[in-house]
Amino acid sequence: MANMNTEILVDLAAHIEARMPDAVRSTQIVVGELTVLAERDHILPLLRFLRDDQQCNFETLIDICGVDYPERNERFEVVYHLLSMRMNHRVRVRIRADEETAVASCVAIWPAANWFEREAFDMYGIQFADHPDLRRILTDYGFEGFPLRKDFPLTGHYEVRYDDLEKRVIYEPVKLVQEYRNFDFLSPWEGMTSEIPSDEKAGGGA
Amino acid sequence: MADTAHLIEEDDRKFTLNFGPQHPAAHGVLRMIMDLDGEVVTRIDSHIGLLHRGTEKLLEYKTYLQGLPYFDRLDYCSPMNQEHAWCLAIEKMLGVEVPRRASLIRVMFSEIGRIMSHILNVTTQAMDCGALTPITWGFEEREKLCVFYERASGSRMHAAYFRPGGVHQDLPQRLIDDIAAWCEQFPEKMARIEDLITENRIFKQRNVDIGVVDQRTIMDWGFSGVMVRGTGIAWDLRRSQPYECYSELDFKIPVGVHGDNYDRYVCRMEEMKESTKIIQQCIALMVKEGPGLVLLAGSKLSPPRRAEMKNSMEALIHHFKLYTEGFHVPAGECYAAIEAPKGEFGVYLVADGTNRPYRAKIRAPGYPHLQAMDHLSKGHMLADVSAILGSLDIVFGEVDR
Repeated sequence: MANMNTEILVDLAAHIEARMPDAVRSTQIVVGELTVLAERDHILPLLRFLRDDQQCNFETLIDICGVDYPERNERFEVVYHLLSMRMNHRVRVRIRADEETAVASCVAIWPAANWFEREAFDMYGIQFADHPDLRRILTDYGFEGFPLRKDFPLTGHYEVRYDDLEKRVIYEPVKLVQEYRNFDFLSPWEGMTSEIPSDEKAGGGA
Repeated sequence: MADTAHLIEEDDRKFTLNFGPQHPAAHGVLRMIMDLDGEVVTRIDSHIGLLHRGTEKLLEYKTYLQGLPYFDRLDYCSPMNQEHAWCLAIEKMLGVEVPRRASLIRVMFSEIGRIMSHILNVTTQAMDCGALTPITWGFEEREKLCVFYERASGSRMHAAYFRPGGVHQDLPQRLIDDIAAWCEQFPEKMARIEDLITENRIFKQRNVDIGVVDQRTIMDWGFSGVMVRGTGIAWDLRRSQPYECYSELDFKIPVGVHGDNYDRYVCRMEEMKESTKIIQQCIALMVKEGPGLVLLAGSKLSPPRRAEMKNSMEALIHHFKLYTEGFHVPAGECYAAIEAPKGEFGVYLVADGTNRPYRAKIRAPGYPHLQAMDHLSKGHMLADVSAILGSLDIVFGEVDR
């Protein structure tokens, strides 16, 4: 099935690139899925085009999510997944974003974007401009920090418990009895290509 | 003076009501702040996340295999369907194909999961509308399905049975026979529940023309699954973007006409009948094709056989490495979706070539459905809110993740 679709996706990619040259940085088709790498400043016209164009017809917004790459200049990616029930195809649109610059909100195009953008804001702190109601959504009332960022610890900063003396739920800084064990499984024994440091004998010695 | 009196009169009608977070009709922990005008709902602000467990964060710290059981805990009404999406995403990245028998078992248990979810939804929604008997009748059947889960995986809910590359264990023939026997008697039980609900006057009054969804709403709010089919669009991922062996199975896609609560109820009832047929077809195919592998043999994905480990050092090492380090998935990204009982359940997976996912985004169907609560309930009476909520088929395990 994947092979049959690839041809259609190649055509579709060429069509999107030809019609929206400003917005599209590049396109790629991997494992039978079309990904459009787009410019952040042109995301709204691009999404609107993808929805309204007859050949694209991506009427359903499946998902919006963030991805964090802390080592990058613009650390976030915002990923849109779109679906066309009529044409029976999907597309993924990816843009770059950072902590300061806001991404244009697409709530005006799909009302469904509301919660997805709130979630991306809640989890990563990605700002969405012109969002009608950019509140936190999944985290606790009064939560601080952005939990899905790579530099946020898995255990979080606060823990909650019911205090029997005070007869209420209290928040305290996390106290771990044992450090969270994060094993390094990237063992050097498999697929090692370079020489081992201070192993001079291996190379020229013999 | 007259102006002020008028204002006071108007304010008397409008008030704000807090629904939940622990309300039996919320099907979990949902807090809704409802603005009412008399008994008419004018606005709903849903507060979710009370069951947020940070599944996506946890997945980033676990190997692909360790991450799998978290999927049981998303939509806990049909656990194996969620595992399926996770396995499909990993298999797509690795470019592997599961053995034939594993595919049949997966489809069979996906459909068992669908029936489990639909029984729960249909009968609890009927309970929200005042009918107390269907849930006791429905759960009798559901419990039998839980036992099938247990006999296959060892657990009646959190199965962890589907694995990347197939399923964990083969099914004993006796279990397959019992599932076949269950399929024989289920339609009769369905008919009894239908007798109770379908033409029930109160149930119809509570559900016909309530929560009407039109095509515009579907596109705007990202609906999927029964929410789409209830409106008359025959959209089903099992048919339109088939995965596993759905393309060779014979089943119908029930669609509604009006897109209201009642049509969605009828769709779910019909889907259960279709699912029963799919299970029977899978069993027939399994019997016809005979025994076979259920997990990719000789790959990095499957553990070696116990007997092999007694004699082979490599097998022992492989077993140890699989359950500590796990397997590595090549760098890249993919999106795999399945037709879960509640709609399109998808996993967006970003891999960086290590043994752990770099990012795993779970696209739960209930999330956009619940989001539309405000849109769907506006102008309805307060009592309709719980009927609509029940009809959306919300489970907080997957909404809050």
